[in-house]
Amino acid sequence: MSNFAKTFSSSLGKKLVMALTGLFLCTFLIVHLVGNLQLFKDDAGQAFNAYAYFMTHFTPIKVVSYLLYASIIIHAIYALIISLGNKKARPIGYAVQAGNQNSPWTSRNMGILGTILLVFIVVHMGDFWWKYHNADLPYAKYEISLDNPNDIQVSELPYDANRLVHSEITDLQAGKRIVVSKDLYKIVNNAFQTWWYVLLYVIAMSALSFHLIHGFRSAFQTIGWNNSRYLPLVRFIGVWVFGVLVPLAFAAMPLYFFFK
Amino acid sequence: MSKNMNLTLKVWRQKNADTKGKFVTYQAGHVSPDMSFLEMLDVVNEDLTKKGDDPIHFDHDCREGICGACSLHINGRPHGPKHGITTCQLHMRSFNDNDTVVIEPWRAEAFPVIRDLAVDRGAFDRIQAAGGFVSVNTGGVPDANAIAIPKVIADEAFNSATCIGCGACVAACKNASAMLFVSAKVSQLALLPQGQPERYHRVQAMVAQMDAEGFGSCTNTGACEAECPKEISITNIARMNRDYFTAKLIKQEEA
Amino acid sequence: MKLDAKIPEGPLAEKWSKHKFNLKLVNPANKRKYTVIVVGTGLAGASAAASLAALGYNVKAFCYQDSPRRAHSIAAQGGINAAKNYQNDGDSVHRLFYDTIKGGDYRAREGNVYRLAEVSVNIIDQCVAQGVPFAREYGGLLDNRSFGGSQVSRTFYARGQTGQQLLLGAYSALNRQINLGKVQMFTRHEMMDVVKIEGEAKGIVTRDLITGEIETHAAHAVLLCTGGYGNVFYLSTNAMGCNVTAAWKAHKRGAFFANPCFTQIHPTCIPVSGDHQSKLTLMSESLRNDGRVWAPKTVELAQKLRSGEIKVTDLKEEDRDYFLERKYPAFGNLVPRDVASRNAKEMVDEGRGVGASGIAVYLDFAEAIGRLGEDAVRARYGNLFDMYQQITDENPYKQPMRIYPAVHYTMGGLWVDYNLQTTVKGLYCLGEANFSDHGANRLGASALMQGLADGYFVIPYTLGDYLATIGPKAVDVKHPSFEEAKKNVVDRVNQLLSLKGTKTVNEYHRELGHIMWEYCGMARTEAGLTKAKGMIRELREDFWKNALVSGSNNEFNQSLENAGRVADFLELGELMIDDALDRKESCGGHFRLESQTEEGEALRDDENYAYAAAWEYKGDDQDEVLHKEELVFENVKLSQRSYK
Repeated sequence: MSNFAKTFSSSLGKKLVMALTGLFLCTFLIVHLVGNLQLFKDDAGQAFNAYAYFMTHFTPIKVVSYLLYASIIIHAIYALIISLGNKKARPIGYAVQAGNQNSPWTSRNMGILGTILLVFIVVHMGDFWWKYHNADLPYAKYEISLDNPNDIQVSELPYDANRLVHSEITDLQAGKRIVVSKDLYKIVNNAFQTWWYVLLYVIAMSALSFHLIHGFRSAFQTIGWNNSRYLPLVRFIGVWVFGVLVPLAFAAMPLYFFFK
Repeated sequence: MSKNMNLTLKVWRQKNADTKGKFVTYQAGHVSPDMSFLEMLDVVNEDLTKKGDDPIHFDHDCREGICGACSLHINGRPHGPKHGITTCQLHMRSFNDNDTVVIEPWRAEAFPVIRDLAVDRGAFDRIQAAGGFVSVNTGGVPDANAIAIPKVIADEAFNSATCIGCGACVAACKNASAMLFVSAKVSQLALLPQGQPERYHRVQAMVAQMDAEGFGSCTNTGACEAECPKEISITNIARMNRDYFTAKLIKQEEA
Repeated sequence: MKLDAKIPEGPLAEKWSKHKFNLKLVNPANKRKYTVIVVGTGLAGASAAASLAALGYNVKAFCYQDSPRRAHSIAAQGGINAAKNYQNDGDSVHRLFYDTIKGGDYRAREGNVYRLAEVSVNIIDQCVAQGVPFAREYGGLLDNRSFGGSQVSRTFYARGQTGQQLLLGAYSALNRQINLGKVQMFTRHEMMDVVKIEGEAKGIVTRDLITGEIETHAAHAVLLCTGGYGNVFYLSTNAMGCNVTAAWKAHKRGAFFANPCFTQIHPTCIPVSGDHQSKLTLMSESLRNDGRVWAPKTVELAQKLRSGEIKVTDLKEEDRDYFLERKYPAFGNLVPRDVASRNAKEMVDEGRGVGASGIAVYLDFAEAIGRLGEDAVRARYGNLFDMYQQITDENPYKQPMRIYPAVHYTMGGLWVDYNLQTTVKGLYCLGEANFSDHGANRLGASALMQGLADGYFVIPYTLGDYLATIGPKAVDVKHPSFEEAKKNVVDRVNQLLSLKGTKTVNEYHRELGHIMWEYCGMARTEAGLTKAKGMIRELREDFWKNALVSGSNNEFNQSLENAGRVADFLELGELMIDDALDRKESCGGHFRLESQTEEGEALRDDENYAYAAAWEYKGDDQDEVLHKEELVFENVKLSQRSYK
């Protein structure tokens, strides 16, 4: 076995994989969040649909997205391998174990939280990612006034297999820019009208919160980046950015559509 | 002086490594709050012996918190309910009259039970033997004051070096990981100038042995640090991780 | 038999160098043909095993603990002396030698003690090279503190855990040799006998404490590094497992036992709190650097304190008697251990003791806290204060500690010559287990020094001389001597297991301890000792009739282990009494009430007792025979020790 392979089969190496994939997923969350903020724009989804198109058709982003899918899978598989190994390390458990006396609940339940998140990711990607790529979605036609970009006329076009996912024409004579996109926004809007579906998202986002409160800081510990001067910053970001801000902002989206 | 207590003990009894164990309940009467936990067990054992039963076996030696022999998982926590002490330093005044006390051995694949509450911690010795040293022979070393070591570094190395090898970190960890134990020695020698020549070899050798012994992975719960009777910090684990990855991925030095 | 200490001729300062040159050497290529057994893995054992293995010998090391790191050297708190003179305060090898000889009340050998002082400087170098994190100054150089019995700062330390750090250093050196395959380590093995072939030690018999298997191990030489026998007193600062068994078995095989009555009672220990007490906890001597020892001025005040009528913090300054400062203005609270202990006992005997039992005096930090601040005191002694609070439930920052002397160390042990060889050829004894360097009283921070000196810097030279003489011919465990020894051990184990009486082994141990403490403790008399001798004989007889040992041999059986050790203590106790009876003088830790100065200090009788008493075993229940090794003092003038 090469030294490299040995590294990643060692207990420390496996944890390094978890940390690196985890941190990569954290950076993705930020990008995803910023993009999804388009949902709050009052433009009938024009910006959001344009963003969706950009994310799925710009080559460098496509490459990164495959890395992302791989990361999710690797993160989950390694979690499973590590958990099974850890089970084997204590074949006979304690009759009484007062874990709450010595460690935070989140840190002891990363597996459960992660499983919730994995289920969520499958549902989430099935409902949006898969549909966007494969289902016969309707199209939205936006007619945007060149003089006033806030003046948008929207109309629905039926699915047509020959239509481009996204097209843009500027009609100078009419003073309009006409944008036609696959209407993911509508799918999103429709999905979040069901109360239990919204609830699923809120639960998943609280799981995300707990997962990241431990996970973000933990990744730095695993990598060995624990400079005492910067450690408080890492902790702050872990708790307030990834534990509070990001999950809250994501959870706000379904709630926004539900109550809109 | 407060009055004596009566306690119910649920103790793990297991004849040897090959037989199955079970919990047995004992009543401990007239327990003085000034007794140490082990002295309480001594009294129970005297009674058991006189009744013709086998006394409860447990490891213990110095009874002042430094040899690391005593163990015992008491009411769900290694070394009992208090912080920063070993079982032998735990006094019965930490308990109340009529309490039920559940006493279990350290549980880990790498720490097989020998009898009752005594386990085999030989894995720890083997990890130390794999690299926990500076390779100097006796004699022929420079004067002790030839190298000045900054006080903060010496103090930090000392903090890592106070590990008593009791195994509470493994016992507390939900994954039975030995990372705190291993990282304490790795850190001590990584901090000091004397440890530098073998720094990257050492960390690889000790981690490899740790993995071979069947300990679990660290998931950074911090339980080890919270239960360590010498309050050794998990900063040591981060330091070991860093050295390990540096050794493996940058230095390319074979273990 | 004439005892020959083999002290080299010539001036004191040249003895060791000359001797080293005169010792025979084993050729490097031949060293691997020799096997050496090391019993015990404390400072002496681990350092010896590691050093001999590094030289190329094959070493088999044994310890009763589950790991060599747990030997009781680990518990030493205060520090280790070395004549480095880093502080520029007038220290030198000669001064350390002088302090140690004087501290031992002139009952140690000049040659050995000088060598100890000489190699002390190498020990510190060695430990630092291993990565032992000694305390340092801000400039990065090593820090020192002062200890009892000396007026220079020569003690190196690692907070309150010096023994731990030194042992872990030696343990790491041992581990390195285990890793290299030069040391074969046997943990949870108890040495049960020494095997002799044609008068020379050639191996040992051990019991595997997990399986009960009785094993034989052959070697070219056997080193006993098995520590002291303080647990004969039942309550002591020793670990629960510390025992005399290995040394005692060697004694029965012909190794003389020297000065068994020289035991050190350490002045600053946490007092006994009740009958359940299993051991006593030491509070480091370093505390006397800043703590002041006192007792109430009058018996009335002491009574009021005991009954709780008044609180210690209410006691006015003029009602406190800082008795050590009053009686010994030059050394004050830093008088040697024996002196401090005896004075504490005196206070208690006068009725001025404190605490619920009245068997304690105070160690007070109020003045130091006022002078340095609580934080500075915490930085120096924090772990000890915590330990005290844990045990007593009293806060030593707010009220003085209660302390009382407790058995701590045994200066006596197997008689060895300058080469550390016992009276049995091929059988060596190192560290606390031997008798050689501390005379009648050991100074603080000298035990660690001696253990490591013997292991790192003496035995690697002297053992080679013997091995070169006998040659590398392998020893066969099939020799009938091994079978005979093994059979004896099996018989002994079975005999112990057949004891199904009514009294537990612990009860016998506690009774023995009471007798020893009462009659052979801090003050001894002819009448008391004579009475104690009879009591011990009776107790021993009773033990072999009415003791209760549970379980069987083929299992992990702590009851059996303990029974074997207590049985040996029951024999040793009598020898200690014999020795104390023989020595009709007071010296160091041995205080015969019949022999004291007008001021109540120990009064030596150099004319009649300037010898090491080496006892020869003659058979069960027979009085042992005394051999005297006259102590020759050419470099120090014998004088009444004075710390005033």
